[in-house]
Amino acid sequence: MAEIARSHQQVATRPRQRSLRRVATRLLFYLAVAGIVVWSIGPFLWQLNASLQPDRYLAASPPHFLPVPGTIQHYYNVFFVKQFELYIINSLIVAGITTLFCLTFGSLAAYGLARFNVQGRFGILGVILAISMFPQIAIVAPLYLLMSGIGFLNTYQSLIIVYLALGLPLVVWVLFGYFRELPRELDEAAKIDGAGAIRILWSILLPISLPGLVTTGLLSFIASWNEFMFALAFTSDIHHQTIPVGVANFTQLYSVPWGDIAAASMVVTIPLVALVLVFQRRIISGLTQGAVKE
Amino acid sequence: MQPIPTVAEGPGAPSLRPARPPGLDTRTLRTVGLLLLPTIGTLAVVSLYPVFRGITLSLRNTTLSSQTDSFIGLQNFQTLLGDAQFWNAWRNTIEFTAVSTLLETVLGLGMALVLFETFRGRGVVRASMLVPWAIPTVVTSKMFGWLFDGQNGIINYLLKGSHLIQANVNWYGSTQHALQTIVIADVWKTTPFMALLLLAGLQSISGTLNEAARVDGASPFQYFWRIRLPLLMPTLLIAALLRALDAFRIFDLPYVLTGGGPADSTETLSTLTYKHLFSGLQFGFGSALAMAMFLTELLIAIGFGVFLLRRLRASGG
Repeated sequence: MAEIARSHQQVATRPRQRSLRRVATRLLFYLAVAGIVVWSIGPFLWQLNASLQPDRYLAASPPHFLPVPGTIQHYYNVFFVKQFELYIINSLIVAGITTLFCLTFGSLAAYGLARFNVQGRFGILGVILAISMFPQIAIVAPLYLLMSGIGFLNTYQSLIIVYLALGLPLVVWVLFGYFRELPRELDEAAKIDGAGAIRILWSILLPISLPGLVTTGLLSFIASWNEFMFALAFTSDIHHQTIPVGVANFTQLYSVPWGDIAAASMVVTIPLVALVLVFQRRIISGLTQGAVKE
Repeated sequence: MQPIPTVAEGPGAPSLRPARPPGLDTRTLRTVGLLLLPTIGTLAVVSLYPVFRGITLSLRNTTLSSQTDSFIGLQNFQTLLGDAQFWNAWRNTIEFTAVSTLLETVLGLGMALVLFETFRGRGVVRASMLVPWAIPTVVTSKMFGWLFDGQNGIINYLLKGSHLIQANVNWYGSTQHALQTIVIADVWKTTPFMALLLLAGLQSISGTLNEAARVDGASPFQYFWRIRLPLLMPTLLIAALLRALDAFRIFDLPYVLTGGGPADSTETLSTLTYKHLFSGLQFGFGSALAMAMFLTELLIAIGFGVFLLRRLRASGG
């Protein structure tokens, strides 16, 4: 606001050339803003457009910029021919349970590291964060052998266990940041009242840190929802494969079904995009804490 | 898990507490140990153990299809050094990592500078920037498959319309452009995220500097080069390092968009390793490849770390 007021003043007092330059700068600035928005959601909108067009439009030149008249044929194919709902259920189960465990294990560890003056806790935190930097391709083969050894191949639990380990470092780190900010007097007072460690965590710290739980929960849910390589390696049928594997396998023998692929993309992306838009502030704060302060 | 009693016994105990040195209380230590147990246990089994198992596997000729499984020393690594496919994938990966990290950092910085200004609708713009980040990479691959389709892709149509190209370009179907297409898709997906990180860095720089520079009559350019950029440098370098480490592992995009083709022109170390592991079932050789990757990553991280430290020391002194 102040900036706009200032620029108005300057328009009134400075020579005309200056004001022209100011207008041009302003214009360029808004062009840049528009560019960022087009960049961010353009491809997504183009995919939405494709998902609603009949196949003959998709192969037409020039392309149809609006799906008029539209069709829901591709969405029908996704659910009634390709049984895509099975992948969605698998992903919901895997990502949901992973998130639950991530939050439980993560809050216990973050509590232990943040609220007790144990020597070497920053060292432990550092090791946990360093582990998150390991390339996943380096652990996929040994884990495959492990899962095969205990009969976990092609099960939900194989993915849940792996995703839990992949998600935990960030959860511990973000919750550690939250817990450390809270005043110590809270714990001390509860201790005097006779509350144990778990009770302090459950009834005092967690309720206050709800925003942190939402952030970390969302981050681990999205990460599990999107993970591809382990899902590809560990699962082998439609009753256990997750969405990314389903989308990757979306091919036909002779031609690429772009319309069906677009519809499937929309089905799995729209809930995610909605979540992200609703919780954008929390997600950004969680992500930037996860990376900038390291 | 059992609740752990940490109640002070007796009325006199609370007043004694401050006198006790922290960290020596065995009860506290036990409590913390139990709290950390689930996390440490999971990470030990799912992250640490597999790395060590991977090292031992890389020294064996384990192949699941032929039941061979014996210790062969460094033979896998010797084979690797003479393997043209490996070096091809190595070059592609390095090229991808360098180009995409550079583009994402520079473009991300540009976006962050735009978003740093206050304007109406900034929240909406910032929210929209999370969309590419949230979309599963597999879906991104398919999305760019459609955008860059050789026949009906909108990109070809737009480029032809603006006379930048004469005929349709077969983007990810040609050895010449396939890796470029993957770089573009990755830059699309990751730049906004990079911008949000850098924006957080910019916002942590004090606003009074801004005013001081203005009062001193610094031009916007001077202000950017002399004040903002040097202050942002640590954040910028760390963000670029994290991005480079991540880019080095690229798997989803080439695996889904091109399958490493055409003619291995988009084969990366991760896709090549995955193929050796799960198509060839060569767990020994594949693990050697993975370890070679791990080592290269470590070198990148150390190199960057040294550079960063020098940089920080130079700006500090």
